[in-house]
Amino acid sequence: MADLGAAGVALALFGGAIRASTPFLFVSLGECLTELSGRINLGLEGTLVCGAMSAYGAALLSGSPWLGVLAAALVGALLGALHAGLCSLKRVNDIAVGIALMVLGTGLAFFFGKPLIQPRAPMLPALHVCPTCQFAPLRAALDINPLFLIGVALAFVLRWGLANTRPGLVLRTVGDSSEAARAMGYAPLWVRLWATMAGGALAGIGGAFLSLYYPGSWNEGLSSGQGLIAVALVIFARWRPLACLFASLLFGAAGALGPALQSIGVHQGTYLFNAAPYALTLAIMIASASRRGTRVSAPGELGAMH
Amino acid sequence: MTASGAASLEVAAMSKRFGANIALADVDMRVPAGTLHALLGENGAGKSTLVKCIIGSYRADQGDILFDGREVAINGPRAARALGLGMVYQHFTLVGGMTVAENMVMARPKIPTIVNWRAERRALEDFMARMPFRVPLDRRVATLAAGEKQKVEILKLLYLGCRFLILDEPTAVLTPTEADEVLRFLRDLVEAHKLTVLMITHKFREVTAYADAVTVLRRGRLAGAGAVRDLTPAAMAAMMVGTMPAATRTDRNTAPSQETRLKIEALAAIRDDGVAALDGVSLSVRAGEIVGIAGVSGNGQRELVEVLAGQRRAVAGEIRIDGQPFRFTRAEIRRYGVRCLPEEPLANAGVARMTVAENLALRDFDVPPFAARGIWLDRAAMRAAAMLRIEDYNVRPPDPDLRLGALSGGNVQRAILARELTGEVRVLIVANPCFGLDFTATAEIRARLMAARNRGVAILLVSEDLDEIQELADRILVMAGGRIAYESSAAEVDLAAIGMAMAAH
Repeated sequence: MADLGAAGVALALFGGAIRASTPFLFVSLGECLTELSGRINLGLEGTLVCGAMSAYGAALLSGSPWLGVLAAALVGALLGALHAGLCSLKRVNDIAVGIALMVLGTGLAFFFGKPLIQPRAPMLPALHVCPTCQFAPLRAALDINPLFLIGVALAFVLRWGLANTRPGLVLRTVGDSSEAARAMGYAPLWVRLWATMAGGALAGIGGAFLSLYYPGSWNEGLSSGQGLIAVALVIFARWRPLACLFASLLFGAAGALGPALQSIGVHQGTYLFNAAPYALTLAIMIASASRRGTRVSAPGELGAMH
Repeated sequence: MTASGAASLEVAAMSKRFGANIALADVDMRVPAGTLHALLGENGAGKSTLVKCIIGSYRADQGDILFDGREVAINGPRAARALGLGMVYQHFTLVGGMTVAENMVMARPKIPTIVNWRAERRALEDFMARMPFRVPLDRRVATLAAGEKQKVEILKLLYLGCRFLILDEPTAVLTPTEADEVLRFLRDLVEAHKLTVLMITHKFREVTAYADAVTVLRRGRLAGAGAVRDLTPAAMAAMMVGTMPAATRTDRNTAPSQETRLKIEALAAIRDDGVAALDGVSLSVRAGEIVGIAGVSGNGQRELVEVLAGQRRAVAGEIRIDGQPFRFTRAEIRRYGVRCLPEEPLANAGVARMTVAENLALRDFDVPPFAARGIWLDRAAMRAAAMLRIEDYNVRPPDPDLRLGALSGGNVQRAILARELTGEVRVLIVANPCFGLDFTATAEIRARLMAARNRGVAILLVSEDLDEIQELADRILVMAGGRIAYESSAAEVDLAAIGMAMAAH
């Protein structure tokens, strides 16, 4: 459809943004919860890949893609619990543990996923918003994956919950000041355990999207670093769930730029366009840094040695 | 809580030791309901240990606590609060990233799963309307000044229905006006029999004006107790230190010279969150003069000291030393002899993980004699020099290889002061130097500042303690709203005008 020109790029970007943003969305919401509790989990890349593998395997074995998603969430929660357990030991640095778990998660996934490379597992069904649409590119752009909608709803729920529910307030207290939390009788370690498990579960679901929808298969090149980028997204979004949603859409659109341009026939510089999300990360971090301001909204316990 | 109204507290034979250190030995204390009781003692006398044993943060080795006449075992601050016993600490237990309203709600023992903010806000606003001081409900606590945080801490406990309130140096971060507000308010509640207050304090002025009775501790033991009307400050001081304290005040013996050493013109600076902190501050300090800046915490004093210490960049204005523009390079600092003792010296002027000897050498480790051998440091010389300064300034424990972070607050201050007052000092900027120190240490430090002034050092003293400024300063300025709101020589000062200037912002 080379004659679509700008409209074609816009449509492709729209569809691509929704599609590519979903893993970013889940991982960033999960990491947002973990960081709000005062801990950084850098292992989400490994959790994402492990989640992708488990989702694919479970869907293959059971025949239902949704069971695959559930399996991914469980595996993610387990890896999150492992992270929390290790970090609860004295003098353990959560950044080091995160990196170790990233490598472990990736390795486990590749090891156990070897038999899964060939077979085809059932995919998650797309929601056809406009099935009768005549215009093929528009119809394709409006095929929205259900996980995206779940993610959007989750972003709103988290935003409401963090300000209006007791668990939300307790989470923010623990993440800002362990001492104040303990003075009020809350145990920071338990709260961080739940938050890290929830973060891992969401990252696992993000991985499930990759293997059960798009690109929709299991192989060792499945992830392109979404787990790591999502950690940067959380900081860019200043630990606010709705801003995570916006940032994920932005990054999804940036990632869809390459393929969108290719679809209208622009073939030069594909590698440069594929680098767009990463370049965008850097640009945004620089633009949002301020020499005079400080990051007032960072949870107080992030980066503190416990 | 089933009971209401003021509660009584009695402590019998309380003892606590930490290893070989006997923190408390056989201390008795009686605080009848509806009274305001002061707990006096020097640093290390055991006051904090006693109240922490009462509140349940520490487990006493021995001793009983009777609350409202009944024996109770309190196993933690939360259990204490459930009884109606609350404590306001010196370090704040507020959550900086949340608003005042959220902090007040979070302090409650039972929070509903879904918080009905409309109802909560209404309840909070009703409560605030009955209080003599206002704190904005929707501001994030991290942006509040220390005095405001203190008020929120007290309000939080009152909101929880506290019947016995323990305060650890409550007015340390407040001005005399704010302190009087808070104490007057607490006194009113005490007289209406709604609250009993136990207050740890150093300030005799507050004890004689507001307290009914006093208990004095010395080295972990009960050194004396009695009704305030039966005791004079001198008698209380004698109980605290064991003898009448010698007058260590050095008198000023020279008039300031005419030479202007430090000149600040139209200085403007912005706080971390983008709000303007300094709005055109101009002042000058002459050699051999102490200029005192008074003011309520949160009016730009902290930012002024940060700019003068080189920690914050000014957005406008000029700083000149000896008539030359000053750009905070190490060479200029050394050439003009600029020294600084900021607030919270452990965070701002020292490295907690380095040893005392290393910290004491931070001003001159890169010049001979310590750096005589190229890039190699002469650590033996550093250590020897540190030992001299440690002895001279009475830093305890006198071990130069101890980490600075392991020293108590007062000793950190002594150590940093030792470093700043050694060598060729010509301009000294000091902020709240005696904060949290007992009066022997306070008298020592004030004597040293006066001695430096007599030697010709130009001293800019920023302090929230008006008594300190009156004692030391040759000229008094008041800072309010990021500007100088009042200026006068110490001889002609008008306290009423100072009070008005401080309040006007």
